[in-house]
Amino acid sequence: MDLAGIINGYLRRVPAWPLYMVAALWGGWLFWLAATGQLGVEPINRLEREYGELGLKFLVLSLTVTPLRKWTGVNLIRFRRAIGLICFFYIVAHFGVWTLLDVRSLDRVWADILKRPYVTVGMSAFALLIPLAITSNNLSVRRLGAQTWRKLHRLAYPTAILAVIHYLWLVKGFQIAPFVYLAIVLGLLAARIRWNRRLAAA
Amino acid sequence: MAHRWTNDLTRDDVTPEHLWLNRRQIIAAGGALGLGSIAAPALAETLEPNTWEEITSYNNYYEFGTGKDDPARNAGALVTSPWSITVDGLVDKPGEYSLADLTSGLSVEERIYRFRCVEAWSMVVPWNGIELADILDRVGVQSGARYVAFETVVQPENMVGVQRRVLDFPYVEGLRLDEARHPLTILATGIYGRPIANQNGAPIRLVVPWKYGFKSIKSIVRISLTADEPPTSWNKANAREYGFYSNVNPNVDHPRWSQATERRIGGGLFSSRQDTLMFNGYEEDVGALYAGMDLGANY
Ligand code: HEM
Repeated sequence: MDLAGIINGYLRRVPAWPLYMVAALWGGWLFWLAATGQLGVEPINRLEREYGELGLKFLVLSLTVTPLRKWTGVNLIRFRRAIGLICFFYIVAHFGVWTLLDVRSLDRVWADILKRPYVTVGMSAFALLIPLAITSNNLSVRRLGAQTWRKLHRLAYPTAILAVIHYLWLVKGFQIAPFVYLAIVLGLLAARIRWNRRLAAA
Repeated sequence: MAHRWTNDLTRDDVTPEHLWLNRRQIIAAGGALGLGSIAAPALAETLEPNTWEEITSYNNYYEFGTGKDDPARNAGALVTSPWSITVDGLVDKPGEYSLADLTSGLSVEERIYRFRCVEAWSMVVPWNGIELADILDRVGVQSGARYVAFETVVQPENMVGVQRRVLDFPYVEGLRLDEARHPLTILATGIYGRPIANQNGAPIRLVVPWKYGFKSIKSIVRISLTADEPPTSWNKANAREYGFYSNVNPNVDHPRWSQATERRIGGGLFSSRQDTLMFNGYEEDVGALYAGMDLGANY
């Protein structure tokens, strides 16, 4: 058996639910650190950023599942739902810290969503995640039909692009990290375009 | 001359750090007993200086990285001794001055100032510094000079952010001459009576308390008197977002965030924002400098 087959064999025995537990514990741990002064002297912004970056990481991870299978044969598809939902929960936390701890005023939340381009873009990304999260269950797949469901979940692609634009737009000066995410996301999306072309040609 | 300006922050605030820490504990205890209103007058509460730990652990000094804790981690590499400052342009006594030559004999005062970052956070810092006007008098400003330009040191091998070219280094800043000569404007060499920490701009930095923090350039190696408005780093990087004046102004938003409120560092996870004051609370002192000027256009 090849290496990918061996890995897949092991993975089949691993359930997905511990992922949710680990993600929830990690999120809670960060909150506890922030609340007890162990995340630096400005914990609100720091926690906001930690959750935002975690959300982005899981979003990117969710987009690597398919290329990983095509390139290496390693199949993480059983975990993709968990990865996507964890992304969503971290972004809910990200949004929650921003509204409830940082801005703390409905007026200003609205004003910022409408007025600040990087918040508008972040909010759009978040809005696109909502239908994806709501339909991340077997019932929805059955109701929508696999075709429609798959089409709907291609919303993850524009979401990832918006999320990266959000990041690019909010940093000051020239910083590497958002460009690294941009390169990874564009690479992962470009790979899909190539496959689709090949599929269409075949 | 010195002493052209006196603190509006109370006498109690000019307290050694260890006593100050005790005082905060006392205030906290008073609050817990329901005696808060007696034990803690409002003034003392709003203008408490931040702790040394806070002031030295949350910094923007992009030469040492863009994270708020990067400067504290990386600025140890900065070589601050010997230190010399080039004074040039429209001055009577240009030259390369050692730090001691430029500052010896001038009065070092304690100035407790609000410090407001353009990113909408703030601190209160007990600086020790010399009025810039005293230093300008020492080098002799010529009549054609209308601006003062400053430059930060570049030590590429010691500064990770310089290698990564986050900004066009060296970092440069500038003031109009009347702003530079204003009694609030100091060159700081200490905080809490200790030598200023590297991440705060050792060994000598500008402090202009009514402007956003990035105007208060750190680790100065050049002071030039010029006839024309000098270039400034953030304005070069993004002119739409950062103007030459950059006065703290709650009514003129930064394009990417509001300037109406700010978060005081040190309040913890559940602290709320407070309103930002016009000219960071120094309107009475500096408002006249900008009489008749459109502060929306000259942001
Ligand atoms: C898919 C959705 C989103 C993703 C992936 C995302 C990701 C991120 C990332 C990676 C950062 C920077 C973290 C760092 O510097 O380490 C960030 C910062 C931030 N995001 Fe989001 N975000 C999303 C949605 C939102 C939404 C909906 C809002 C508010 C309406 C928001 C508001 C902010 C704010 C205020 C910051 C911090 C800016 C600062 O520190 O100046 N984001 N986000």
